[in-house]
Amino acid sequence: METLAMHISNGIINGPVAAVFAAIALAALAVCVLRGRQDLDDRLAPMAGLVAAFIFAVQMLNFPIFTAGVSGHLLGGALAALLVGPWVGALCVAVVLVVQALVFGDGGVAMLGLNITNMAVLGTAAAYLLIAALLRVLPRTPAGLAVTAFVSALVSVVVAAMGFVVQYQLGGTTDLGGNLAGLAGTMAVSHLLIGIGEGLITATTVVTVAKVRPDLVYALRALKPAAPAPVPAVGGVR
Amino acid sequence: MKKRSWGFLVGGLLVALLLAGVVSNFASAHPDGLDSSLREGCTFDAEDNVTGGSCPALQEKEHEIGGPLADYGIAGIDNEFLSTGLSGVLGVLLTFAVAGGAFWLVRRRGSHAANRADATAEQTPAGRAG
Repeated sequence: METLAMHISNGIINGPVAAVFAAIALAALAVCVLRGRQDLDDRLAPMAGLVAAFIFAVQMLNFPIFTAGVSGHLLGGALAALLVGPWVGALCVAVVLVVQALVFGDGGVAMLGLNITNMAVLGTAAAYLLIAALLRVLPRTPAGLAVTAFVSALVSVVVAAMGFVVQYQLGGTTDLGGNLAGLAGTMAVSHLLIGIGEGLITATTVVTVAKVRPDLVYALRALKPAAPAPVPAVGGVR
Repeated sequence: MKKRSWGFLVGGLLVALLLAGVVSNFASAHPDGLDSSLREGCTFDAEDNVTGGSCPALQEKEHEIGGPLADYGIAGIDNEFLSTGLSGVLGVLLTFAVAGGAFWLVRRRGSHAANRADATAEQTPAGRAG
């Protein structure tokens, strides 16, 4: 029978390693709550709820990648980081993963720490580091924003995938007979292709939001261009 | 929130509901990147049962909860289009409620005065550096 598991299922990584990553994820999310509170005001809170709901929706849309018989779906870390910032963004992805594990049977509950560490923490962190770097050097045009979104999304997916490879090395339940490189290679190639899809979805969404409501794009508000611009950042003025 | 922000919020939710409620039925049914990597080494028949070989996916255990919405469908609804779509709609609403509610609870209060104070505080060091 076909199941629609998109995240790490029970039994794939052993219990002790899953527990360690549950602790890591919990600590990281606690930091995100503390730091994210600075960003969360009356306006951002409902928007962050929308971002989480949107990521849930788009994660359902598995798209084919160019390898036969393999699909991919959005992870959402880069999208969330661009729209609501890295701290709240990581929390958005984490909420999606918790809802999926508890209500939709997707990703083992015991595996939540692993999934949150990869997609919510690592994915969002990698994305935001790139976003911060790229937005400072690229022109403040739709093209500049699109390139930033595409590249950060693509890289974040590969980073999240490599997070899983590390976890599998630590606590994978199947002895690959020293063939971890094989798993790493398959994961890297498939997620590079998925990353292209992620990049296109992220860029399209963020450029659309920036066109309609540029003040709602956190990255445009928070990250000032490297060169002093004559026009102040779009945020704040309504 | 201003009126325009409410408009954006409602519009965004409608898009999410449309994606999860309708477009989700056209999603690829192939295993995703993670799943397919874990199935490497095994062979499967048309029903997706393992027919041979060895792969990490063989170690997969039952989900702890399962539940009526497991695997993005609604138990008891045979129409796949309806089952997937409704589960998607419920998921979007639930995720919005949980995330929006939690963020609303932990948000910084009295944001208007604080916002302005923060903005000034942030601009001062930046201005000096520039």
